[in-house]
Amino acid sequence: MSFTLQINGAPKAVDVDGDTPLLWVIRDVLGMTGTKFGCGAALCGACTVHIDGVATRSCITPVDSVEGAEVTTIEAIGATPVGAQIQKAWLDLDVPQCGYCQSGQIMSAAELLAGNPDPSDSDIDAAMAGNACRCGTYLRIREAIKQAAATSTSRQQGG
Amino acid sequence: MTDHLNNRSAPQPVSRRDMLKVGLGAGGALFVVFGLPGLAKHLRPDPGGHTASAVTKAEAETSPFTPSAFIRIAADGQVTLTMPYVEMGQGAYTSIPMLIAEELEVDLEQVTLEHAPPDETLYANPLLGVQATGNSSSIRAAWQPLREAGAVARTMLIAAAAARWNVESGSCRAQSGEVLHAPTGRRLSYGELAADAAQMPVPARVELKRPEEFRLIGTPAKRLDTPAKVDGTAVYGIDVRPAGVKVATLAQSPVFGGRVKTVDDAAARAVNGVRQIVVLGDAVAVVADHMGAAKKGLEALVIEWDDGPHAKLSTDAIAAELERATLGPGAVAQDIGDADSAMASAATQLEATYYVPFLAHATMEPMNCTVHFRGDEVEVWVGTQVIARVQAAVADAAGVPLDRVVVHNHLIGGGFGRRLELDGVTRAVEIAKHVDAPVKVVWTREADIQHDMYRPMFFDRISAGLDAKGMPVAWKNCFAGSSVMARWWPPGFNNGLDADTTEGAIHLVYSLPNMHVEYVRVEPPGIPTAFWRGVGPSHNVFVTESFMDELAAAAKQDPVAYRHALLGQSPRAKAVLELAAEKAGWAQPLPERAGRGVSLQFAFATYLAQVAEVEVNSDGGVRIRRVVCAVDCGTVVNPDIVRAQIQSGVIFGITAALYGQITVKDGRVEQANFDTYQILRMDETPAIEVHIVESSEPPGGMGEAGTSAIGPAVTNAIFAATGRRLRKLPVDTVALRAPD
Repeated sequence: MSFTLQINGAPKAVDVDGDTPLLWVIRDVLGMTGTKFGCGAALCGACTVHIDGVATRSCITPVDSVEGAEVTTIEAIGATPVGAQIQKAWLDLDVPQCGYCQSGQIMSAAELLAGNPDPSDSDIDAAMAGNACRCGTYLRIREAIKQAAATSTSRQQGG
Repeated sequence: MTDHLNNRSAPQPVSRRDMLKVGLGAGGALFVVFGLPGLAKHLRPDPGGHTASAVTKAEAETSPFTPSAFIRIAADGQVTLTMPYVEMGQGAYTSIPMLIAEELEVDLEQVTLEHAPPDETLYANPLLGVQATGNSSSIRAAWQPLREAGAVARTMLIAAAAARWNVESGSCRAQSGEVLHAPTGRRLSYGELAADAAQMPVPARVELKRPEEFRLIGTPAKRLDTPAKVDGTAVYGIDVRPAGVKVATLAQSPVFGGRVKTVDDAAARAVNGVRQIVVLGDAVAVVADHMGAAKKGLEALVIEWDDGPHAKLSTDAIAAELERATLGPGAVAQDIGDADSAMASAATQLEATYYVPFLAHATMEPMNCTVHFRGDEVEVWVGTQVIARVQAAVADAAGVPLDRVVVHNHLIGGGFGRRLELDGVTRAVEIAKHVDAPVKVVWTREADIQHDMYRPMFFDRISAGLDAKGMPVAWKNCFAGSSVMARWWPPGFNNGLDADTTEGAIHLVYSLPNMHVEYVRVEPPGIPTAFWRGVGPSHNVFVTESFMDELAAAAKQDPVAYRHALLGQSPRAKAVLELAAEKAGWAQPLPERAGRGVSLQFAFATYLAQVAEVEVNSDGGVRIRRVVCAVDCGTVVNPDIVRAQIQSGVIFGITAALYGQITVKDGRVEQANFDTYQILRMDETPAIEVHIVESSEPPGGMGEAGTSAIGPAVTNAIFAATGRRLRKLPVDTVALRAPD
């Protein structure tokens, strides 16, 4: 079946079965490999993208369910103010190790900060517990989210 | 810099001929340096499958100065460093360049990195004897030779400048990619000097910088691989997309050693996007346009398996066999004094048995390998810790000569020992031989966990004799399990022993007057075993540090004070123990069902003490609140990476201590995905403090130390909190329930 997806602001036509997980459309059909495969069962968060701004596990999201929605991937999250702040904090703190899970971590963190500019530790835990990191970068992820939040808050306050 | 790189679309490998020009290198296979894809700023884009002759010519024209297999300097000043160790998160692509750049006198911003091609002669790890990244050895192995490589190049560049100016070399110095002549203020860039430098004699000896002259080593330099890892441009093996690539996934016999009996693939073939079904003796692969179709096809396959000889295999039976084997005799790994006599005359005797399970690696990037089999030549894209072994395995599986195999190495989405193995590469070649296109073979997470090669299960029977004051006068241990080394590198296994399996069980930091340790090699039937983060110490330190805690408890002494009294011969161990205890507030009281536990380890040439603080709820649930680490890893190359690696290792080890086990029933692994093979999450992660002891000793390894030390710190803390001694991992929370 043919679908026209709206990905990172651009229409993309694909011809796949409607139950094909969005992850494979993004990675294998459209060749955008920043979004990662980790488990195929929404257990690790590596495949997280935004669908209309909501962090979503693309590995279990059928492509026919996102037609008409705005899909944002790691490749474009830096174009949003929150995404840019998150990426900068990730760079400042050298968060990644192997880096494989970090696209998903950043997408989850970006959703958190977009809706909650000053998250508490438990807010961060709740938003991020679904994103597994085998290298154990969690402590730096937490710090980076706080740094990004502080930066964006002070920006807002400073006008 | 970035623009400059982006403008270079031509491949830039080095030729062996260039190296031979200055007397380095040796005979062997053709090799080509391929770039590291995806790291736009510092890592060269992957040039793809070019032929060696073409790139040799291009290289000869652009890089006149190739003073070693690790450094090339182009006429335009571009400095390219060839990385003999692969980046898998441990920071090798930052700390290794720091070593070279320190002596070469270039800034990290000036260098471009390439991964070394397969070549066991030029790029073997001097500590491991093979071209491998593992055993926390990269910095230790690189420390001397790669600083020397930088110094040789610097010396030749200075000599070239001195000759050009007709001044003494001693009046010139190098700085940030230039040679300066201070008396006259003249300066020449490395690019301007490259051609002349190549004509200078290679110095037989070079002087390395003194520690007080370091400007990079010891600084928290930013990682060179971070930018590409935050914007999705980093390219791992699983991300490669050669033109026309198909995607395959596979079903392997659920029982170890089973075979395919029959396959009904009608429904799978009917799946939109499925192109081909490849039936091998013990696996079936579905080749498709994309992984979604391949997985759907896989689910539609009806496969009947011949389970083979291991159909009734269980971990319980293997455990029973290992436990029996600990009765010995085994190969004697260490023998000090007369442990039997001292045991017989000891005031108190203790004996215990310890057990650790099989563990999967569960790297976040599932196993994958992309292969283009073209009949008489093969091209492979993979992230591997052993690129030369991959090349050899591909040649073997494909039936082509070694020099017809091109291997592109990529960033590794988690290694932990898994990518020291070749099973996935061989399997991908077997499939690719049937496919008339490049094919990317991707393991599902379930296949990745159920067809891993596992950290071995071990049993230990350990005993000690204490004198009237409670101090150990005899220490005996006999342990049984698989020797990974005996398979992976047979020359490393001698007289029933290897250095990895016994590390952490022998040469303890403690002064023990009578000690006897034996190892019995028992290979589990059917279950493949492999190195796993923390390797030998991941098992041995759990046993020795738990048992040391048992001795302290039997002697009714404080666990830190008890250990401290045994460290007269080991001042560096004593220092980290004291520091960890102090920073943890060891003597501070804690509430009921909370406790602190300590562990002390010398492994990977690094001293590490950890104090874990845990609380155990009435249901037996364990929460680790805080971990304090004191580390003496000798000279620190990059303290920020040391801290990251300790934190990383601790979290990896907590996952193992709390959750990790692979069990087998009816020949089948019972765990499959992250629901049944759980890994620690952010909301469970303790605060982890890392305190680094300043030292001018040679560097120790950092990638694994944190992992092996944390298990016993946690179980010792659980003992302090509950009085329950856990001698088996993972933690059995049922046993920790509060009494009604």
